Amino acid sequence: MKNTQGEVWVFAEQEDGKLSEVPFELLGKARELAGRLGVKVGAVLMGYGVEGLAAELFAGGADTVHLIDDPELKVFRNKAYRHAMVELVKEENPQIVIFGATHMGRDLAPAVASALRCGLTADCTDLQIGDYEDKKTGEKFENVLHQIRPAFGGNIIATIVNARNWPQMATVREGVMKPMVRDESRKGEVVRHSSHLEGVEIPTEVVEIVRRVSSVNLKGSRIIVVGGAGVGSKENFKLIRDLAAALGGAFGGSRAAVDLGYCEHERQIGQTGVTVRPALMISCGVSGAVQHLAGMKDSAKIIAINTDRDAPIFQVAHYGIVGDLNAVIPAMIKAIKNKGQDNG
Amino acid sequence: MNGYNCVVCIKQVPDTNKVTGDAMKADGTINRAALPAVFNPEDKCALEAALQVKETYGGTVTVITMGLPAAAAILREALMCGADRAVLVTDRKAAGSDTLATSYILSQAVKKFSPDLVFCGRQAIDGDTAQVGPQIGEKLDCAVVTYLEKLELDGSVAVATRDIGTGVETCRAKLPALFTVTEKFGELRPYQMRLVMKHKNAEPETLSCDDIGCEAERCGFAGSPTSVNKIQSVVLAGGEFKEIPATDEGVSGLVGELIKDHTIG
Repeated sequence: MKNTQGEVWVFAEQEDGKLSEVPFELLGKARELAGRLGVKVGAVLMGYGVEGLAAELFAGGADTVHLIDDPELKVFRNKAYRHAMVELVKEENPQIVIFGATHMGRDLAPAVASALRCGLTADCTDLQIGDYEDKKTGEKFENVLHQIRPAFGGNIIATIVNARNWPQMATVREGVMKPMVRDESRKGEVVRHSSHLEGVEIPTEVVEIVRRVSSVNLKGSRIIVVGGAGVGSKENFKLIRDLAAALGGAFGGSRAAVDLGYCEHERQIGQTGVTVRPALMISCGVSGAVQHLAGMKDSAKIIAINTDRDAPIFQVAHYGIVGDLNAVIPAMIKAIKNKGQDNG
Repeated sequence: MNGYNCVVCIKQVPDTNKVTGDAMKADGTINRAALPAVFNPEDKCALEAALQVKETYGGTVTVITMGLPAAAAILREALMCGADRAVLVTDRKAAGSDTLATSYILSQAVKKFSPDLVFCGRQAIDGDTAQVGPQIGEKLDCAVVTYLEKLELDGSVAVATRDIGTGVETCRAKLPALFTVTEKFGELRPYQMRLVMKHKNAEPETLSCDDIGCEAERCGFAGSPTSVNKIQSVVLAGGEFKEIPATDEGVSGLVGELIKDHTIG
């Protein structure tokens, strides 16, 4: 089962015939891993009438698109997708399979790992290729996948390996890996596979899906700037938007900011709004109610700006600036613009 | 059908929401003694879902946990809220189980009760992996419905509303089915006074890995394909943060640091 020449795979999640940003983030990482290993990157594309998406996956970094096109796969259902995926893994023997830690990925990946009896690490923030020595047996393993994730409420960072039962599988947080710059001239090979679903009973039937309509894509943003009641006025919220623009990120508000009318409801971050886990969160004038923290504390890096040193937001922050956001934000924007110039 | 046979898998976890400075030992490992052990929050929601099924359609609710004997505390809590039966799977062979081995052992325990519906919390706050629920479902080879928000039953079919991140899905699942339940489902009801008196000293039924027919090589360390290579304590744990002076130099230095580590730019 251990195939050191096997491809590095990403699960190319699609909904309604569209790929989100997630598969491209995974492809960016997969290219790096496959480069280290000297193997190809494969994207697994499942659905019905989705072949047209293959070109995008090639542009995003895939060498091979493993296509399973079947009416039974039109919408995601655990049993159908897992069955098709498990059979495909058995046929093709990839060495690594990564999924987005999305609702779909966190539903599918564990079931696939369970069926294949292999390991799976959830919610990784980084993946690297490295060696591993089993301290109990003294066995040494070369070029295994180091799966790095925060655990224990974010208080520890664990590196997990799965040296024996391959494929090595992981789900990866949204918005953490960098997609490569899309190259429309990249070409690859589409390989069609059977779903192996004939005669397989699927115990669930999707009756209806109501998509959340949102013009705001907070979940998919690598960088988010959030304003709270401390911003002081709707006019002053421009500072938050400006900082987000300077960083090429998105902006949002705490519940208090939304209730005060500083920004739209669809930008609310927290338990009753959107849960986000960006690579960088800059929190400005947010005190940090538990409900808000629940929706953002898993961000990879949190910078908090607040005049109140005892504000709970500092409990989850990695960097804290105790000061007036009206002075700090303009200074930050200036520094970003200057540094940008330094770097050419 | 004469009511539904529900099984709820629950876990006792260290309360990671209460992590303080002494929660991590100097060597970077977790000081479990410094943290209160609690009933995992989303497992409470799973129990509530099962209790609502029992209330509306009749049937029974059995709670199962795998852990040390001390985990009996959350089984008692479940009984005080209205669960009918409490089972503790406790065995040295289960020590060191990762999600794959845990789901195997729990699935073996669940099978013993031949439930119509199985409920799990979406994830436990000590690991946040959300893997054990779907993995139990795969091993039972039943319908798997994740992120449950609402549930109705129609004979041998469950009509479930679930959060799919980009929207809300309504699906029909043939029983038996396994559901993972999130906080959006609703909070667990309070203890019932009558049941508190009845169960305050209750001892759960205990089962060993052998009792539920587990193969030894699929339990504990032996049955766990993942291993921890390295643990790093997050230096800023316990509400400590790196303070940046609120000056132009301070802010500029921070921005430089972020560019250097590729967070921005």
